[in-house]
Amino acid sequence: MIKSIGIRALIVLAVCLVALFYLTPSVMTDRLPPFWKNNLPADKIHLGLDLQGGMHLVLEVQTDKALEGTIERMANDIKETMMEKKIRFRGIARTQKDSITVEFPDHPAREAFEKILKDNYPDFEPASASQRDGKEIVQIKLKAKRAQDIKKLAMEQGLETIRNRVDQFGITEPEIIPQGEDRIIVQLPGIRDPGRAKNLIGKTALLEFKLLDEEHSLEEAMRGNIPEGSIIAYGTHLDRESGRRTQVPYLVKNKTLMTGASLETAKVSIADRFGEPYVSLKFNAQGAQDFDRITAENVKKRLAIVLDGVIHSAPVIQERISGGNAQITGTFTMDEAKDLAIVLRAGALPAPVTILEERTVGPSLGQDSIDKGIWSTIAGLMLVILFMMIYYKISGLVANLALILNIIIIFGTLAAFRATLTLPGIAGIVLGIGMAVDANILILERIREEIRGGKSPRASVEAGYTKAFLAIFDSNLTTLIAALFLFGFGTGPVKGFAVTLTIGLIANMFTAVFVTRIIYDYFIWNRKIQTISV
Amino acid sequence: MAFVEFIKPDINIDFVGKMKLAFSISMAMIIITFASIAWHGGLNYGIDFAGGTLIQVKFNVPFTIDKIREAFQPLGIENSIIQQFGPQEIVVRVGEGTTDLKSLSGKVEEKLNNTFGQNAVEMRRVEMVGPKVGKDLTKKALLAIFFSWIGILIYVGFRFEFRYAAGGILALIHDTIITIGAFSLLNKEFDLTIVAALLTIIGYSINDTVVIFDRIRENARKNIKKPLAETINDSINQTLSRTILTAFTVFLVLLSLFFFGGPVIHDFAFALIVGVIVGAYSTVFIASPFVLVWDKWMPSKFRRKK
Repeated sequence: MIKSIGIRALIVLAVCLVALFYLTPSVMTDRLPPFWKNNLPADKIHLGLDLQGGMHLVLEVQTDKALEGTIERMANDIKETMMEKKIRFRGIARTQKDSITVEFPDHPAREAFEKILKDNYPDFEPASASQRDGKEIVQIKLKAKRAQDIKKLAMEQGLETIRNRVDQFGITEPEIIPQGEDRIIVQLPGIRDPGRAKNLIGKTALLEFKLLDEEHSLEEAMRGNIPEGSIIAYGTHLDRESGRRTQVPYLVKNKTLMTGASLETAKVSIADRFGEPYVSLKFNAQGAQDFDRITAENVKKRLAIVLDGVIHSAPVIQERISGGNAQITGTFTMDEAKDLAIVLRAGALPAPVTILEERTVGPSLGQDSIDKGIWSTIAGLMLVILFMMIYYKISGLVANLALILNIIIIFGTLAAFRATLTLPGIAGIVLGIGMAVDANILILERIREEIRGGKSPRASVEAGYTKAFLAIFDSNLTTLIAALFLFGFGTGPVKGFAVTLTIGLIANMFTAVFVTRIIYDYFIWNRKIQTISV
Repeated sequence: MAFVEFIKPDINIDFVGKMKLAFSISMAMIIITFASIAWHGGLNYGIDFAGGTLIQVKFNVPFTIDKIREAFQPLGIENSIIQQFGPQEIVVRVGEGTTDLKSLSGKVEEKLNNTFGQNAVEMRRVEMVGPKVGKDLTKKALLAIFFSWIGILIYVGFRFEFRYAAGGILALIHDTIITIGAFSLLNKEFDLTIVAALLTIIGYSINDTVVIFDRIRENARKNIKKPLAETINDSINQTLSRTILTAFTVFLVLLSLFFFGGPVIHDFAFALIVGVIVGAYSTVFIASPFVLVWDKWMPSKFRRKK
């Protein structure tokens, strides 16, 4: 223990000033002088989404789907290679999420396949082989390491894509944090249209160009006889007079000619005729070349523009298009068109995402919570201050001083460490107010005991602090253990509460023991008071 | 010198003598808790643990719950739980988490605006917890409670003796169970914030208990010859004033949270109020007397020497 009252007072003053220093931006809000803003920490206390309003999402990137997609593409690739090399096979398909099964009519074909597998597809390893009815069936499996890489890459790309989309949506201070292997936490403060934001973030946005199958009849396909290599997909049709949207079926070829990956940019434009918004696309160099070739080969055929499996439009290719420009028309509102342009620019998600958890708080509820938080803090504080003054008189006043200092330190620490203040966090502070005076109650009860025992004020204070200290230390530390577990395992509301409770407990050891002692020592040593008002 | 005193300094209540009565009362409360949980078929888990969607809506126009149910009919959620939440607000709880993007909240807003007129409602809060996350949260909550017990057991065992630690933990388990019991009896919703409250109660109750243990430790050193029962009783009496004063100040701030904190933390404050009362009781009647029971059962080496 430092003996000098002066040095101890200086320490307290320093702590106080540092806390106030960090608090200034929060209290001064807009009146902060410019030199402060430029040179000193200007961070305000960061409010949680429950206080400022906003949306908190936990997304899961379905990395398994990305893996399946990759295997699907590889199977196609192997199929083409085998056709090129004239290897005879009966069938090839993806079975399970990470393996491909191939059927061969005879042994030489299988051996030829195994050779190209070894030479061209080192990522695969044979998983099993069997013979049935004279056919040879081989199952190949993607190597576990490679499968892991694909999943990891899907997660990374997903994170990057979502980050891009959110950035372009124009929200201040969004937070996008990866969690675990396949989860992404998205926090959007102050969002006004949560539905739109969710749509924007969660849309896979896989843009594909496919040819319409015009050789076969749609009616026949609708009856169930879908021709090989084609599928039925739907689009929507807006009836201009009634404003009703109806579903329209199309028969499209399975093969994807191009995807949105070759886009350079996408933006919203307005059509002259109806003033309707549409999205104009510009391809990159490779994309423009491909598009040129595709349109040249398919003049007078209909090209379907498919987004996430839904057909947006299927215009007839009138002539070869060489400029690398295209447009997606459809039945958009302005917002829908804007959002589509954003997701196309940001790129497709490598795998679909699902929302695991959502917590959205409207701005008015946030403000209500702040008001109520402030009120309950003030009310709780007043009650405790009043009680301490009645019960312990001047000593109560000293304890109250420590209590107020405690609160200043809590807020100062929150600002300094950029911790987030939430509604449960405010509850933690309010509870901390009740518990903070406990240390002083312990000390003061001890001092009273000593005075009753007939000791002088000086000896009573000395003994009171010494004897109470161990109890305060042990009891606060055990509570701190509970608080740390709250913090470690806590999510959302629990964590916010643990933060303020922990800061409060630590600050309490300082204010209730160290700070109050200085005041007593000053009056007893320097002023030589003979009685203590306790 | 005159002090303001709630508890006179010469107070001498025979707490240890009332041990059997206290143990019986506690046992009864614990049995009631389990009976109530069994009766209700488990706790009334909130969406944090059960999964589901919670939507808080503020009405700018008069409304009736029946009319809201009617509006919900096309969505197939007319049988979900709809509760009044403050004067102009309701909370709707739908069992299953919907993971589709155009989620339930948008549809609810649309239907309510159709029924009650444009801008009749304001979406105040939407919470959706999928089943996967619900399981995660449940696991984490249980782990948090369990490990905090272990952590405290180790610390108290290290600072005092193991039997103190055992008494302290027993009191904590006691407090946790009875607070859960209060929630079960009133059929209040049990969610994440209530787990936070339970952990706070654990923190508070052990704080309270350790102060008495500290006194027992001090008194035992001062007078080794005195029977443990007397030492414990003296210690509880000597710290009684502090036990009640601290509980009282915490109680004051909790009342303020309960009345001014708003509906979101209403149940949280309620849990703490129950916990602080039970915690103070268990500190005095359960934790310390248990040390005595342990001592009769398995006397400490230190004491046998006398």
